[in-house]
Amino acid sequence: MSNHRTDRIRFILDGTVIELRNVDPTRTVLQYLREDLHRTGSKEGCAEGDCGACTVVLAEVGKDNRLHARAINACIQFLPTLDGKELLTVESLRGSDGSLHPVQQAMVNCHGSQCGFCTPGFVMSLFALYKNAQSPSRVTIDNALAGNLCRCTGYRPIVDAARAMYGCASERSDNWLLAACSSGPASSDEKRRVERLQSIQHGDTVALEYGAKRYFAPRSCNELAELLGAWPDARLLAGGTDVGLWVTKQHRELDTVIYTGRVTELCGQGVADDAINIGAAVTLAEAMPLLLRHFPALHELLLRFASPPIRNAGTLGGNVANGSPIGDSMPALLVADACLRLRSANGTRELPLAKFYLDYQKNALRTGEFVEQIIIPLPSAGDELRTYKISKRFDQDISAVCGAYRLRFDDDGRIVEARIAYGGLAATPRRAHRCEAVLQGALPSTDLTHKAQQALREDFEPISDMRASDQYRRQVAGNLLQRLFMDISAAQSGAELTGIYEYGRAREA
Amino acid sequence: MDAHAKPDAGGSVAGAAGSAIPHDSSHLHVSGEATYTDDIPEPRGVLHLAVGMSTRPHARIVAMDFDAVRRAPGVVEVLTADDIPGDNNCGPVVADDPILAPGLVQYVGQAVFAVAAHTVEQARKAVALARIEYEDLEPVLDIPTAIATGSFVLPTETLERGDTAAALDKAAHRLRGELALGGQDQFYLEGQIALALPREDGDLFVYSSTQHPGEVQHLVAHSLRRHSKDVVVECRRMGGAFGGKESQAALIACIAGLMADRTRKPCKLRLDRDVDMLMTGKRHDFIIHYDVGFDDNGRIEGIDFMFASRCGMSADLSGAINDRTMFHCDNAYYLPNVKILSHRCKTHTVSNTAFRGFGGPQGMFGIEYAIDDIARYLRKDPLEVRRANYYGVGQRNVTPYQQVVDDNILEEITQKLVRTSDYAERRAEVREFNAQSPVLKRGLAFTPVKFGISFTATHLNQAGALLHVYTDGTVHLNHGGTEMGQGLFTKVAQVVADELQIDVERIKITASDTSKVPNASATAASSGTDLNGKAAQAAAQTIKARLTRFAAEHFRVAESAVVFRNNAVQAGDATVSFAELAKMAWFARVPLSSTGFYSTPKINYDRSTFSGRPFYYFAYGAAVSEVIIDTLTGEYRTLRVDILHDCGRSLNPAIDMGQIEGGFIQGVGWLTSEELWWNDQGELKTHAPSTYKIPVCSDVPEDFRVEILESGLNREDTVFRSKAVGEPPLMLGLSVFYALRDAIAAVGPDGCLPGLRAPATPEAVLAAVSAVRATQ
Repeated sequence: MSNHRTDRIRFILDGTVIELRNVDPTRTVLQYLREDLHRTGSKEGCAEGDCGACTVVLAEVGKDNRLHARAINACIQFLPTLDGKELLTVESLRGSDGSLHPVQQAMVNCHGSQCGFCTPGFVMSLFALYKNAQSPSRVTIDNALAGNLCRCTGYRPIVDAARAMYGCASERSDNWLLAACSSGPASSDEKRRVERLQSIQHGDTVALEYGAKRYFAPRSCNELAELLGAWPDARLLAGGTDVGLWVTKQHRELDTVIYTGRVTELCGQGVADDAINIGAAVTLAEAMPLLLRHFPALHELLLRFASPPIRNAGTLGGNVANGSPIGDSMPALLVADACLRLRSANGTRELPLAKFYLDYQKNALRTGEFVEQIIIPLPSAGDELRTYKISKRFDQDISAVCGAYRLRFDDDGRIVEARIAYGGLAATPRRAHRCEAVLQGALPSTDLTHKAQQALREDFEPISDMRASDQYRRQVAGNLLQRLFMDISAAQSGAELTGIYEYGRAREA
Repeated sequence: MDAHAKPDAGGSVAGAAGSAIPHDSSHLHVSGEATYTDDIPEPRGVLHLAVGMSTRPHARIVAMDFDAVRRAPGVVEVLTADDIPGDNNCGPVVADDPILAPGLVQYVGQAVFAVAAHTVEQARKAVALARIEYEDLEPVLDIPTAIATGSFVLPTETLERGDTAAALDKAAHRLRGELALGGQDQFYLEGQIALALPREDGDLFVYSSTQHPGEVQHLVAHSLRRHSKDVVVECRRMGGAFGGKESQAALIACIAGLMADRTRKPCKLRLDRDVDMLMTGKRHDFIIHYDVGFDDNGRIEGIDFMFASRCGMSADLSGAINDRTMFHCDNAYYLPNVKILSHRCKTHTVSNTAFRGFGGPQGMFGIEYAIDDIARYLRKDPLEVRRANYYGVGQRNVTPYQQVVDDNILEEITQKLVRTSDYAERRAEVREFNAQSPVLKRGLAFTPVKFGISFTATHLNQAGALLHVYTDGTVHLNHGGTEMGQGLFTKVAQVVADELQIDVERIKITASDTSKVPNASATAASSGTDLNGKAAQAAAQTIKARLTRFAAEHFRVAESAVVFRNNAVQAGDATVSFAELAKMAWFARVPLSSTGFYSTPKINYDRSTFSGRPFYYFAYGAAVSEVIIDTLTGEYRTLRVDILHDCGRSLNPAIDMGQIEGGFIQGVGWLTSEELWWNDQGELKTHAPSTYKIPVCSDVPEDFRVEILESGLNREDTVFRSKAVGEPPLMLGLSVFYALRDAIAAVGPDGCLPGLRAPATPEAVLAAVSAVRATQ
């Protein structure tokens, strides 16, 4: 039943199909660009996907047969995952006559560069914005640039460039690169690019060997299960936003890598049986609109979840399977009573997420087993869901504390179901059972909040580290209960109550 | 007529002084073509280096075993302190900074050995295979321990004017404070890097990302037991520096140079971000005590300051940095009786170094805190107390170090900014909002900046330039300054363009190069344009004088009748293009190359008494910031910022604006989200952007109103009467800190003095809120 295998990858760079065999599975796209191609426009600022100096854009053909562009961090993206995609770097943007791209011209005109080292990354993030939004608000611009650090400018001129770039475009061009986001028909250039990309799509399983190292990109869950059976020590690779750091920071050798991003079943998502089902390889960026449709209260959390390049590569499945105590998706998934569908060569089983985490970086996955799907029951009427993320910096930061809350009230205003979960307070993200028990069946009151806060102190024994002290974590976790009841009562009385993150800022339409 | 020239008697040249032209490299930045050191095509046989770091804060090295390192794939050489032929030192002032640890390690992250391999990955992997045995010694890890045990890198200094003790005793009111102020990583986006190429006869050519090529040259030469003439250092541009590549770049260049010399191969050392942050110095953190006496109006009668900084394991530039703290703890205020005690603490942590502001920001933080306290204690608007203490004009105008403040424009700036920012109305609005909002509180603060311009070490205030004019009238420009993004190269080119009256495109800006301009000072102290602009102008004037003399003779007119204007030269009735004149002069054997030199006039300063005139002039500015805090979590946002800053007569308003805004945001980062966190083992745990949080786009207020003072004019004879702008705006960021403190104070009763540490992370803000609430 094994799929046909190929020992090469193909991707497009500047209109040329690049075909590679003998690829080191964990060679990063940035290493490939800078060291192999001597294409040095993309910079290394941190090698961990946090500064954005390496930002490049991947273009892929969507289900609508249009070309879609997304920014990613080249520093932690492994080269073989480019298979079937078009890679655009800062060098791709200049016209053949040497003219600057509208994004580049806007950056020059607005004085958006000083030392210039972060600039290629900004240009590529702005290019992705240029292709994906039409007249972006400040919030949209901030979000698009959340993964790019600039130490010189103070960002104001870059924000100006993000607005001015649309005006720097010459009249509608046939060049897909030059055309800003539009709902119009595809240009002939775009069609050419789509055709070229389609010509390198294939149904084969990629199986690369590089010395003693192996890389597989299977197409089906069956095959993935089979490969995991054959290579029990293999490292599953999804977005690589964490595994990438094992290589660039810890210099770990990964002998066998199995990439989930081409497994058809893992790339799907939808709503069925009163639940949202998200395949384990669905990126965070892809999952966000579906999640927001059913859980609008996740708006701020998802906006502040890492950065666009990370969300464009990283997956919800990866965040969940990784099980970091400070992963931002899990508290919300825990209070939503999410389940995981786990799969192996022996079949599938479902496990509540609350039972998945055993201890620090230990989970319930058996050998040969992988996460296939995250199943999130749709909220019921009367559910009040809230999430709060507390970090030193609003954007692209890791939580000191992340709290998620789902309370169901009856008509008398009594809490009939309470789900409370926190990240950042224990070795794994987990529920606050004592706190939940206090709330269960009670009517909200100042006294109840105090009791719940007291119970919460018994639920968790947080630690002190560089992100926050144990004392702060404890205090904030308790205060967030107060914030929760304030927000719920404000919402019930129709009063608008914005959190500090959005204070005074116009939210996107 | 030269085809390229566009003589037009009425117009002016492109890029003349004062024009807002883009950064000279902007088109290269945006297209990825700007070449940084790591982008230079690697020479044949290049080796890549990695550095093995100490894992102990203070220990003797008992044994080192590199067998596994040497056996690792691709490894070519291992280098330790014993292999250094010359001085094992990269300290800029005091020779106490070993390149590689000589048997004793003094901080976690200190360079112990270096490995050369064929690839970066090989070198970095091999480093981890070394076996190093340590014998731990007692470390000093914080400032209080250092003070208690008398652990200092340099002697404690005192500056006193008047009788502070008597003034404190007599004063109507007296307050004391103890403040904690964190450090800051430079976080230049381009990490430290050097590429060293062996040349014939043992010479070396070094590409170094450095603010101070001359010092790198000297230190590399001396580490090799060679001479300055044997080493050339070049730097076209840095991907940011902010002081972090003033002295610290030498360590990286020395290691690359030593390995290149030993292997006779080109050697490149590029630090990974984590290694960079662990191994290289940062802004000094401080503990500050003050004891202040004042009258009913809040006017200071006497103040006694104690500043204690964490210098780390060596002196580095800590002497001058702490001196500058002493020089700036007056900020904009007249301190009639003042005593300043400055401890330079030795700790077993990385040696702290220059960072934009160079100790000045920490001094200002101290006085602003004291003034804020005075105002709160007296239940006055802090702005009122600030103004009551401003330096006067013609009186109350002598600094604690005896320099007369004779260019004071504080009141002018304050009046304008108070008006344009609607300070009074917004003060009332904030009060009203806070009265009605139990959880969210707003805060508003106005803070001024007065910053002294010049290196306090007088001898550093010199610069050289080298200028060639070619026969086609184009110009090759070189000077001792370095380009780190601040736009220095652009501004100096504008000065030359204006002086020679040629379009700036006709000037080739070239890399800093120790073989063109010798012994240049570091590009630091905001002085890059002041010094190098003047030096380049002098070179241009020399050539212009020669061309004038030649034209006068050639066209038989008086020299006064020769006018350079807009790419052309008029000599009486004759007009020739600049290029034509250059060619004619060449035929006539007139030298078309010149050096230029500049040394800052008027300054003199006696360090033994801390008195004199260390600064040529002062730069001024002010900011009004408004914030909102969440008293449940300590989170906050900056809602609006208004800035008015003095650039003298700006050479390039666009570039100066970039310095003001960028400096401000960097200052805000220092005082808010950027937290350096060490564990009790002396290990820095915030050594990458995942844990060390500099401001991002969304941290910049949407309502951000920045103005350059239109009437700005340097009273001193600086280049085109401009003012230095690199460092002063950083300290405008203090306004955000004091706005946060204002918001926190709104939680308590009038007159409360919230204790807020810096950086004011959400945790620090919540702690301050809780402390205020606990006292109620």
